[in-house]
Amino acid sequence: MMLLIPCPWCGPRDEAEFHYGGQAHVAYPENPAALSDEEWARYLFFRDNPKGAFAERWSHSAGCRRWFNALRDTATNEIHAVYRVGEPRPVTS
Amino acid sequence: MRRESGGRVDRSRTLRFRFDGQDYTGHPGDTLASALLAGGVRQVATSVKLGRPRGIFSAGSEEPNAVVQIEEPFPEPMLPATTVELYDGLVASSLPGQGRLATGPDPARYDAVHAHCDVLVVGAGPAGLAAARAAASTGARVILADEQPEPGGGLLGAWPADVVEGLLGAEWATATAAHLKALPEVRVLARTTVFGYYDDNYLVAVERRTNHLGAAAPAHVARERIWRIRARHVVLATGTHERPIAFAGNDLPGVMLAGSARTYLNRYGVLPGRRAVVFTADDSAYAAAFDLADAGVRVAAILDVRPSPGEALAREVAKRGIVLLAGHVVTAAQGDGQVASVQAGRHRPEADPAVAEHAFDADLLLVSGGWNPVVHLFSQSGGRLRFDETLGTLVPGDSRQAVEVAGAARGVDTLSGCLADGAAAGERALGGQAAAAAPPPVDVPTAGGQAFWLVPASDYAAHFVDMQRDVTVADLHRATGAGLRSVEHIKRYTTAGTAHDQGKTSGLLTTAAVAHALGERMGELGITTFRAPYLPVSFAALAGRDRGPLHDPVRVTALHDWHVANGALFENVGHWKRPWYYQRVLADGRLEDMETAVLRECRAAREGVAMMDASTLGKIDVIGPDAGEFLDRLYTNLMSSLAVGSIRYGVMCRPDGMVFDDGTVIRLAEDHFLLTTTTGNAAAVLDWMEEWLQTEWPSLRVYCTSVTEQWATVALVGPRSREVLAGLAPGLAVSTADFPFMTWREAEVAGIPARVCRISFSGELAFEINVTSWEVSRLWTAIMDSGMVTPYGTETMHVLRAEKGYPIVGQDTDGTVTPQDLGMSWVVSKKKADFIGKRSFSRADTVRAGRKQLVGLLPEDPDFLLPEGTQLVSTDVPATVGTVRGGAPPRTVPTLGHVTSSYRSAALGRTFALALVSGGQSRLGERLYAPVGDALVPVTVTSHVLYDPEGTRRDG
Amino acid sequence: MTPRTPGADLPEHPDRLWSAAEPKASYDVVIVGAGGHGLATAYYLAKNHGITNVAVLERGWLAGGNMARNTTIIRSNYLWDESAGIYEHALKLWEDLEEELDYPLLFSQRGVLNLAHSLQDVRDSKRRVEANKLNGVDAEWLDPKQVKEVCPIVDISPDVRYPVLGATFQPRAGIAKHDHVAWGFARAAAALGVEFIEHCEVTGLRVTGGRVTGVDTPRGTIAAGRVALCAAGHTSVVAATAGIGLPLQSHPLQALVSELLEPVHPTVVMSNAVHVYVSQAHKGELVMGAGIDAANSYRQRGAFHIIERQMAAALELFPVFARAHVLRTWGGVVDVSPDASPIVGLAPVEGLYLNCGWGTGGFKATPGVGWCFAHTIAHGEPHPLNAPFSLDRFVTGALVDEHGAAAVAH
Repeated sequence: MMLLIPCPWCGPRDEAEFHYGGQAHVAYPENPAALSDEEWARYLFFRDNPKGAFAERWSHSAGCRRWFNALRDTATNEIHAVYRVGEPRPVTS
Repeated sequence: MRRESGGRVDRSRTLRFRFDGQDYTGHPGDTLASALLAGGVRQVATSVKLGRPRGIFSAGSEEPNAVVQIEEPFPEPMLPATTVELYDGLVASSLPGQGRLATGPDPARYDAVHAHCDVLVVGAGPAGLAAARAAASTGARVILADEQPEPGGGLLGAWPADVVEGLLGAEWATATAAHLKALPEVRVLARTTVFGYYDDNYLVAVERRTNHLGAAAPAHVARERIWRIRARHVVLATGTHERPIAFAGNDLPGVMLAGSARTYLNRYGVLPGRRAVVFTADDSAYAAAFDLADAGVRVAAILDVRPSPGEALAREVAKRGIVLLAGHVVTAAQGDGQVASVQAGRHRPEADPAVAEHAFDADLLLVSGGWNPVVHLFSQSGGRLRFDETLGTLVPGDSRQAVEVAGAARGVDTLSGCLADGAAAGERALGGQAAAAAPPPVDVPTAGGQAFWLVPASDYAAHFVDMQRDVTVADLHRATGAGLRSVEHIKRYTTAGTAHDQGKTSGLLTTAAVAHALGERMGELGITTFRAPYLPVSFAALAGRDRGPLHDPVRVTALHDWHVANGALFENVGHWKRPWYYQRVLADGRLEDMETAVLRECRAAREGVAMMDASTLGKIDVIGPDAGEFLDRLYTNLMSSLAVGSIRYGVMCRPDGMVFDDGTVIRLAEDHFLLTTTTGNAAAVLDWMEEWLQTEWPSLRVYCTSVTEQWATVALVGPRSREVLAGLAPGLAVSTADFPFMTWREAEVAGIPARVCRISFSGELAFEINVTSWEVSRLWTAIMDSGMVTPYGTETMHVLRAEKGYPIVGQDTDGTVTPQDLGMSWVVSKKKADFIGKRSFSRADTVRAGRKQLVGLLPEDPDFLLPEGTQLVSTDVPATVGTVRGGAPPRTVPTLGHVTSSYRSAALGRTFALALVSGGQSRLGERLYAPVGDALVPVTVTSHVLYDPEGTRRDG
Repeated sequence: MTPRTPGADLPEHPDRLWSAAEPKASYDVVIVGAGGHGLATAYYLAKNHGITNVAVLERGWLAGGNMARNTTIIRSNYLWDESAGIYEHALKLWEDLEEELDYPLLFSQRGVLNLAHSLQDVRDSKRRVEANKLNGVDAEWLDPKQVKEVCPIVDISPDVRYPVLGATFQPRAGIAKHDHVAWGFARAAAALGVEFIEHCEVTGLRVTGGRVTGVDTPRGTIAAGRVALCAAGHTSVVAATAGIGLPLQSHPLQALVSELLEPVHPTVVMSNAVHVYVSQAHKGELVMGAGIDAANSYRQRGAFHIIERQMAAALELFPVFARAHVLRTWGGVVDVSPDASPIVGLAPVEGLYLNCGWGTGGFKATPGVGWCFAHTIAHGEPHPLNAPFSLDRFVTGALVDEHGAAAVAH
């Protein structure tokens, strides 16, 4: 590891400045009360774990303290894109 | 022995050193190895497993044999003598494969530096220097790092007479390095080994700054420094390692890599022997033979495994009267403790054992199986290695990172080729081209070497491949015979390549010997992975300055000095140092023990007035039109309904419904709240809030700011606290009616603007006085000056709150506890549609009967203090612990829960405890047993609120 | 000849280990992953249940994943009853395993110290000791002086940043040599008829009508009556081919060794608070584990600052290590579950069995999980010791939260 992460707000910074937030695009359910225990468990505990492209969250915790998303290849650690919260996952070749 | 002249050592100065109890001398510029050779020392170490004598095999960091223990000036284990720069007063000893640590602390300092550059060049040989110069010529920021004390690489040993740009090679190197050093954007790091290559061109190097000074090293300079380098582009000019050849007796002292012998002669002015035989599969060893012969070494023979070395070489050999046996191999090196004779015979490529036909007296046997590019860092970068059948070795392929390899490290084997290749790489580096764009080497390898790794024999028991680990070809055969095919398995079976040198010279030889045994091609067997560090790096260097008080930040409050001066002992809570209790000097001069101090502090809080520095509580300012809504989603209870001027206790859960943190929320204005967190969780709670705000609810208009450091908090506690406060804040109406519980007021206290909160974590009448950190010292002193107030620490705070049944998150909870488990269903809103954690309360396990619930415990012996952590069982039959092997299986006893908090209570006049007990709330009055040591202590389950359950004391 | 160096004489491996096999068209059971767990499972399937038509498929070389990369610590002093059950079962098996497998495993019961550095650490430690005792697990609480007696090189002075306030000690805990363990199981399983197929990555699970029927590999489809996953960090990838999502995240975990040193460290020391675990292996090298990387990754490569942090912590505890050298660092990929406990049991697909989520702690469980997982596969239902570790616990909420107990500060 030892990534150089391009914070969308601050530019490239050392991995040690960031806090990892796991899979991106996992929204808090609209109405948790309406979910079955299985569905709620999915939200609580189940996250994708692909070997390859992974949309994930990072927070520049020792910098601007903003959360953003990155598209990183977990097999090579290459970061293909970073984008702001709320933006759709970019399509990369 | 040392020659009269020649080499780069400074003969005008003499350095004294001791090795294995004998005194020797050397000169500045020597390594321990060159000085030992000059002193005639042949055996430098003993092999780890077989106890065989081992000498000096190489002249560099690839050394597999001559590993020594430094004794003085400070013990350091397992250093290759070839990498130890000689200094006056050095004391070292030979090692049988294991080093020895010092018994005392290391007095040296260590540090680390971050550096960024456009181009990092690793290696200051001809290719590296040329690359650095080309890159630097444009004004780029360049770092050039080299592990040697002076630049030049191969120019110092292998190419001593070659002329570069009108200068002798070594002089050119010195001049070029000086030119680079003078450039403002260039940094030249000598004695610096780049040992790790991580993602995104992050490389790590260690600079040995004062090692070479011995006892004269200045104490204020870091002995070693870690360089953490982020490079836009990397040029690896890491050179080559010469290959050994496996034959019988190839581990004897006196067997040496040919190029290393040349280095000892040309760089150190040392003859490593008097009578030499050269065994080679490569042209380069001829140069070594000629240099040595010209320096007076009797070269008895050159055995060249190739059938017909070139005519030019043959002429040079003949000129010197050296016997040349083409198509011959060494069948054995023999001697008692060192090489005395060399047996040779014809090479039979069909793998028949070679038979000795010649014998030569010799004390030095030079070996060259060709050269391996040093591809370790390239491989670490994620670069692919390719097995080159012509070179018979691994060469760099492509890499995802912005790196390229230049010079000998990618197979270029002439000086002019390395210079040109390096310069081209340096230029390309600035263009930011990837390695794939690098053209093939300008100088196609011409050495005419033949990959030759081992001399076929009928018995391989003395053909060593890994001399550090005493691994022979016979051992490898045993591994393949056991069914193993993977090089990784064979390495593990035999331990080849796992030693101090990490197989720098033995790795490919092992693969070659295995390929030979299995009848496969080396390229198909695959290779083991090259891992960081390239060279061993001291623990201390990696630890750097993060030692002792700097190991982790220490946070202290603005009142810390007062606490220290007034007998406080401290507890680590998160990064904070908090007063634990204040130890008083008793009338007889002894110091109070903890129990006495805490009982005294508790009594003061319950009966008079006491105060605590509560400044470490996390404080988060929450502001914005949607702040109330936001807090409603975070806390289990309703916060938006809180009136301005009021305060509410709240609990936060994780989405799984387990308690995460608790604290108070005060409403400063319609759109403005201030909340407190537990001391250890302050950062985590702020992170938590920001994460939800930014990633889930960006539409909420709320800002959160940590104000922990800005506000200092003094908790004034006890029935007489109102009296003290009234005296200090004449403008504040302090009666219960004017200043009710769970409200706050602004006032001047001791003349200091303050926010005073009526909050109690003890059940007593209490005020929390918040002032700026700048002024808290004055406030504290003013309160102490009343003469009525006893300071107390965290232990007393814990006792007071436990008597009231208030849980401490992290002590009475452990990440598996819901608010309901704590008897705090009242803090869980039924009105709110949702909040974080709510959905989890209806899962099967969270509604299960028999969950562990917080209760009080009273030991039947009111003087017995239960140790915190004690388990609880329902039976009085003790468990047996199954420590006896082969005995009856132990009888296990199900636990019902455990003691989370336990104290001696001044107020209750007895001991008591809090515990999490299965179905605890339905067990009130039940007798349980607590196994303590060998005893089972009977306890009675009670409500967790043991003191003033009616709450009569909170208004004083 | 100079006397041999202590520890240099590791016992020799046997002359015969196992032979590589070519895949057959079908097996009764296919085990995915020839790490310690896969090999132990294969052995106990054959030995305890007579199921020998078994292939263990391995994407790389046998036991070359986390089995070759861990720090070989063995202990059973876990907090919760469920954990103590399976780890203690493993420890009991360890105690007879050299004999059982007829293989020198260098199993050394030199004890494990878990240090406490804060008052809450002390409470948690004592809680665990007392819980261990009730579960038949040997455990003691030691004060700093006693810690020093067990391990004289630990710095117990009170003026360091995080002083040692005491430790739990499990005397029966210790270390073993990981390769020897793997090879011991492999050789014994091979002798019972189990086949090992290396360089044979499972690229897909075949599922028909809700039932697993085989696996796809680059060397063809292999039919199987039952398929058991022992793929550690790659479990998610394999399971995903059958559309099964698991509550796992894969992270790099690093470890390192020093050069060979004269014996200085007689036991195993672990410190959660300052993130150190260290022992001195038989040959004399210090073996240390570092923390896991926060970010998911399948690269067997961790971040360097974690190693630096690790060294700083190690020197806080062991000042005499200052001039030892890091010889080699490496990384594995560990699959971490939300409660830091494993998932061992049935899968949502019939005939498919899960053994994953061991995170940083799988090695010590090797024989125990092999035993229980083999039972699970043979009977189609969990062994009582792994029943609590079902996938279903994430739905009910009945977690076995081993890190919860130390996760919160106050």
